[in-house]
Amino acid sequence: MYAQMVKSTGKGVASREDMTPEDRQFQDRIDAGEKIEPKDYMPDGYRKNLIRQIGQHAHSEIVGQLPEGNWITRAPTLERKANLLAKVQDEAGHGLYLYCAAETLGVSRDEMFEMLHDGRMKYSSIFNYPTLTWADMGAVGWLVDGAAIMNQVPLQRTSYGPYARAMVRICKEESFHQRQGYHIMIKMAREGSADQKRMAQDALNRFWYPSLMMFGPSDKDSVHSAQSMAWKIKMNTNDELRQKFVDETVPQAEYLGLTVPDEHLSWNAETGHYDFSEPDWSEFSDVISGNGPCNVDRLNARKTAWDDGAWVRDAMMAHADKKAQRRMAAE
Amino acid sequence: MTPLFEFLLRQGDNALVLGHRTSEWCGVAPALEEDIALANTALDLIGQTQLWLGYAAEVEGAGRSANDLAYLRDVYDFRNVLMLEVPNADFGRTLMRQFLFDAFQVPWLTALQGSDDQQVADIAAKSLKEAQYHLDRSSETVIMLGDGTDESHARMKAALDYLFPYAGEMFADDAIDTAIRESGVAPLPSTVRTQWNETLRRVMNEAYLTIPDTTFNHSGGRTGFRHTEYLGHMLATMQTLQRSYPGATW
Ligand SMILES: [Fe+2]
Ligand SMILES: [Fe+2]
Ligand SMILES: [Fe+2]
Repeated sequence: MYAQMVKSTGKGVASREDMTPEDRQFQDRIDAGEKIEPKDYMPDGYRKNLIRQIGQHAHSEIVGQLPEGNWITRAPTLERKANLLAKVQDEAGHGLYLYCAAETLGVSRDEMFEMLHDGRMKYSSIFNYPTLTWADMGAVGWLVDGAAIMNQVPLQRTSYGPYARAMVRICKEESFHQRQGYHIMIKMAREGSADQKRMAQDALNRFWYPSLMMFGPSDKDSVHSAQSMAWKIKMNTNDELRQKFVDETVPQAEYLGLTVPDEHLSWNAETGHYDFSEPDWSEFSDVISGNGPCNVDRLNARKTAWDDGAWVRDAMMAHADKKAQRRMAAE
Repeated sequence: MTPLFEFLLRQGDNALVLGHRTSEWCGVAPALEEDIALANTALDLIGQTQLWLGYAAEVEGAGRSANDLAYLRDVYDFRNVLMLEVPNADFGRTLMRQFLFDAFQVPWLTALQGSDDQQVADIAAKSLKEAQYHLDRSSETVIMLGDGTDESHARMKAALDYLFPYAGEMFADDAIDTAIRESGVAPLPSTVRTQWNETLRRVMNEAYLTIPDTTFNHSGGRTGFRHTEYLGHMLATMQTLQRSYPGATW
């Protein structure tokens, strides 16, 4: 998922007695499955939490362009080049929908960029890993978009209207990305040469645990998550989603003839789920706090693009002003 | 190589090389909207490449595919004009180049729609819709940046000065063009120069940019005689997987 460890502003779920009458009414609307719209009353904490979560998601979409953008100029065929370009373009579009959704909560896109650039807002840990071979384009689509879908499908029912509607559009495209990635894996792991099989296995080895980390650490006892779930801006616990991801992905890896890099992975007939090893959570904390393989370079790439583009954005504004002035002068 | 094959390579390589350059912007454009628009342009051009090179491969009849032509030819077999292979530099040069090319493509593809060769006419008709859209966008952007701030104006002037000596190659007729005209496939490229000049004058006027006073033209791209040093680097990147793993399918 693209929103990891989003800290809620409250100290756990507020009890009904502690709520103001407005807050109680608000919670009733949510419990009744109603959508909250931008002009509706909402508690401060709800608004702040949503901004953080949607912002983190939006930033993940645009920083997420970089690891895949890394292969657009090296895509092996015209079809693959077009597909990858279209995919990365979709991700920019997802970023745009999400920034628009966040803007309805009173924070501008430029403000959010600023918060990304100065480290006040985060993006998903997964995009701090490098893409080293073409098989990574398969693995990213299959695993990363796959993991994103696990989280985003339930968010189509989230309580905030603009966010829910953005998710509906996004989810359609994400499942297409997932299939496209898996198709790259099929070509390489099932039908490919020895070199291609090796690349495919190597990609799975490197992306398996980072993909599991995308769901964030266990949050079954987290007070932050409990409040978010009461507000229906988080629909499932991290562990539920991670389990669902493993259960769906392991058979797909088997079909590819690839080995999931987990010696403890086994089917548990009693639970009806796979047992699996936890990722290295100390690595996760490193990546989240800025010390992943690509953190510095990814953020620098975004900042450089933003700074290099300043003259273009300034010129467009200046031109619009000039045009308006000329129109006024002509009237 | 037959004139028709050469002609098709010229169309396909223009689309491929510019499409590749445009795709280099992915994820790092000045604004999200520009990122999406550039990806869109690149996608259109890669799509056009598939059509032109697909037909070229068919005409050649040597069992090669569009992908073989894109990924397994070296520099001297490429037939794009030089203007399209020089680096993007900044966003200003990228959009100025796009404009100079679009302003050629629109009248050129319009003429190709009347080709006696039905496949050429069909590809041109499909590409023309895209080219028209590209021209609207690139003209509008060039105007905004030319008539924006002092800095943007200076950058657009530098872009135009740099690119202008490369633009003339688009209209440089040679023996292949003559043969193509005689077979009814296409008019001479020089015949669309008047329209190009008009578009150029109109847009540069609105952008407050002066058309450089030079008649010098670089050449060597569309004949393949002498490309720039930049093309080899582009191909080294673009072709790396096909060259490193011969015969693999992806
Ligand atoms: Fe996305
Ligand atoms: Fe994504
Ligand atoms: Fe995606």
